[in-house]
Amino acid sequence: MSEDTITILIDGKAIQAEPGQTIMQAADAAGLYIPRLCGHKDLPPGGHCRVCTVKVNGRPASACTFPAVEGQVIESDTDEINTLRRTVIEMLFVEGNHTCPACEASGNCELQALGYRLGLVATELPYLNVPREMDASHKDVYIDRGRCVLCGRCVRASKLVDGKTVFGFAGRGIGKRVAVDAEHALSETAMSATDKAASICPTGCLVVKGKGWATPVGKRDYDTMPIGSDIEQQAAG
Amino acid sequence: MVEDYSQVIDQIVEQSGKDRSRLMDIVRAVHAKLGYLPEEAIGCIQQALGMHRVEVRDMTSFYSFLSQAPKGKTVVRLCDAVVERMKGADEVAKAFEEAVGVPFGSTSEDGSISLDYTACIGLSDQAPGALIGSVPVTHIKPSDVPRIVEALRGGAEASSLPQAVVDVNLRQPGPVVFAPMERGAAIRKAVNMAPAGVIGEINKARVRGRGGAGFPTAMKWDFCRKAEGNAHYVVCNADEGEPGTFKDRVILTEQPDLVFEGMTVAGFAIGAEEGLLYLRGEYEYLLPHLEQVLAKRRSLGMLGQNVCGREGFRFDIRIQMGAGAYICGEESALIESLEGKRGAPRDRPPFPVQKGYKNEPTSVNNVETLCAAARIIEKGAEWFSAMGTKDSTGTKLLSISGDCPHPGVYEVEYGITVDKILEMVGAADAQAVQMGGPSGQCLAPKDFGRGISFEDLSTGGSIIVFGPDRDVLDCMCQFVEFFIEESCGWCAPCRVGTTLLAKMMRKVLDGKGTKADLDALRKLGTTVKTMSRCGLGQTAANPILTTLQNFSSLYDARIKSDEFIPSFDLSKALQLGAEITGRTAELEEHHV
Repeated sequence: MSEDTITILIDGKAIQAEPGQTIMQAADAAGLYIPRLCGHKDLPPGGHCRVCTVKVNGRPASACTFPAVEGQVIESDTDEINTLRRTVIEMLFVEGNHTCPACEASGNCELQALGYRLGLVATELPYLNVPREMDASHKDVYIDRGRCVLCGRCVRASKLVDGKTVFGFAGRGIGKRVAVDAEHALSETAMSATDKAASICPTGCLVVKGKGWATPVGKRDYDTMPIGSDIEQQAAG
Repeated sequence: MVEDYSQVIDQIVEQSGKDRSRLMDIVRAVHAKLGYLPEEAIGCIQQALGMHRVEVRDMTSFYSFLSQAPKGKTVVRLCDAVVERMKGADEVAKAFEEAVGVPFGSTSEDGSISLDYTACIGLSDQAPGALIGSVPVTHIKPSDVPRIVEALRGGAEASSLPQAVVDVNLRQPGPVVFAPMERGAAIRKAVNMAPAGVIGEINKARVRGRGGAGFPTAMKWDFCRKAEGNAHYVVCNADEGEPGTFKDRVILTEQPDLVFEGMTVAGFAIGAEEGLLYLRGEYEYLLPHLEQVLAKRRSLGMLGQNVCGREGFRFDIRIQMGAGAYICGEESALIESLEGKRGAPRDRPPFPVQKGYKNEPTSVNNVETLCAAARIIEKGAEWFSAMGTKDSTGTKLLSISGDCPHPGVYEVEYGITVDKILEMVGAADAQAVQMGGPSGQCLAPKDFGRGISFEDLSTGGSIIVFGPDRDVLDCMCQFVEFFIEESCGWCAPCRVGTTLLAKMMRKVLDGKGTKADLDALRKLGTTVKTMSRCGLGQTAANPILTTLQNFSSLYDARIKSDEFIPSFDLSKALQLGAEITGRTAELEEHHV
């Protein structure tokens, strides 16, 4: 560790962080899982979902963007914050059209997995039934916007990893949606099934065709272990 | 057709210097030329700038004044904000629909007139108002509407309408913003002090940001000055969008020189060569006069090279128009918009003073703050800090509207109580006062003894009075509906939460609420407040949260004693099926 290593306190536990690291990066390295949805290890943070909100010296901040600074006192795994996180996940469930039992992503879905991890048993908020278009025009990839959580992963991945900018946003507020770089539909874009953007969706919104149910339910990512276990175990091992 | 577009658009893009960061100007110019932004035009812009189509659409689809669908020759934007509806905007809307023959949100069959609603246009003191094209019309009565429509159909310019008059409505000028000024006085003093001296004087005056957040201005300038960068920028935030505020309209009409003076002083203090004034799209009608004032100042040597004779001090100001987005009043969203992008706020840190416009150190200041800064340099910190309270020095502009006989702008010393304000505007019988607009708080009479200051009632200056007969809770729901319209959609808690809040509030107002619904509103409101990314979401639940606290009896009067009433209406859901089959669904009585 370099001389200017800094120490922060997360839920009473002292953690070492490198200068320039975010709170989330420091926590990950220490094996403390902070729930997140829009974040992805291969992409810069988006700050969309706010599920990683922690309290830094008493004030809410997103752990994915907030820099670790010497002496910070951070609350993360508390009843108060987990309840707030759970409500945000619940909001995303009622915003979209998430039919888990019939969804190809079930078991691999990070939204679903976060719901389980945060103890979301049933939705109490009223469903919004926001109308959203489906785009199945592309031969290898489809977009079911009813399952989109507007995490922006595909937008960032297509631009920064694939160098294509196939995706962007359009509209604002509750009418905001993921748009494609074409006059009409995805088939007119440079999208390929091997793009990073094609495999980075946390839900069943952006799906590669022809691979449905290749892994049976029961053997999927979060069927045996809760989301975040990899981070917790990596540090333990 | 496509070729026509491409010629016009290529020319516009060429004039912008093929600069992506001027996309807002390019798009506005194309929109003005074509009346809307057809997909072909987006394609031409994209090609001319070397951008992706989805990137252009990302920006254009964000702003409410930019349309993707063809519009009528004249666009009537009727303001349907809370105060306007209190003053009869609904009746005016009905009159427009009758006269034009189509509902709001559409265009007359002959293509002459489009009817749209718009959020607060900064004319709440002379409501109901509308923008016809960019021309403001005020005090519209339903009986005026047939003649207005007839004139527009006949090809008359909106500016020739008898209602196309904006009253200044400066009810009480004060010593800081509205006292007479001498052009250049503050700049000449400033350039004779070192930049650090200017900041020192501002610091001594203890002036804080007038937009509502109250950050110490000297500290902001000092951070910005000390931050490393290739260039530094001063930005004047003239995007006052908080419903019920219109003070910047009056400042920009009556004292534009003082604003530019303040920007120039700020430029000298932080080491900037360029200042940008971001003017909300709704205020486009102020642009010609502001440009004239800038030209005059250039001719007097108060902008340009060697400003006011100070060797090496180069500074000029550009006005950037917005296009209808409340969120752009948030400083980081404003910067994004200045760069020609959608007005989505940024995560902080880094703060704009570190990485702002074009990622360079930028000081974003409110119109009123810049006026105060100029005056402090002109008259001294001591003169300024003798006014107001201990932690809130100087004066504050209040935009007062709603149920009161004397709406308008008042310049008052900090510390003035709500009681005193109500007396001033002739509304001593107020039931409630919305302090700081929808994002502020709804005050009950028990709080009317409190004072306007950063230490007590902090406000950007929007004050809406609710008279004794007003349905305050309905107004609160409309406020939340405003936030739904204006949420940028970036983060989940604000995007989804505002929509849910209004839906759940409407249930209570419809008489289907129970105590459980109030608890749910409180929980959801707290989540939106705590988890949202920027100030919009963090304050969007305030209309509900502050009335739950201050007006609980109004809620109690609306709710039922049942333990639970479902929001889902089963018989209504079955209605269509029943009609089609010709059979009535017989539902059992609902028991809890």
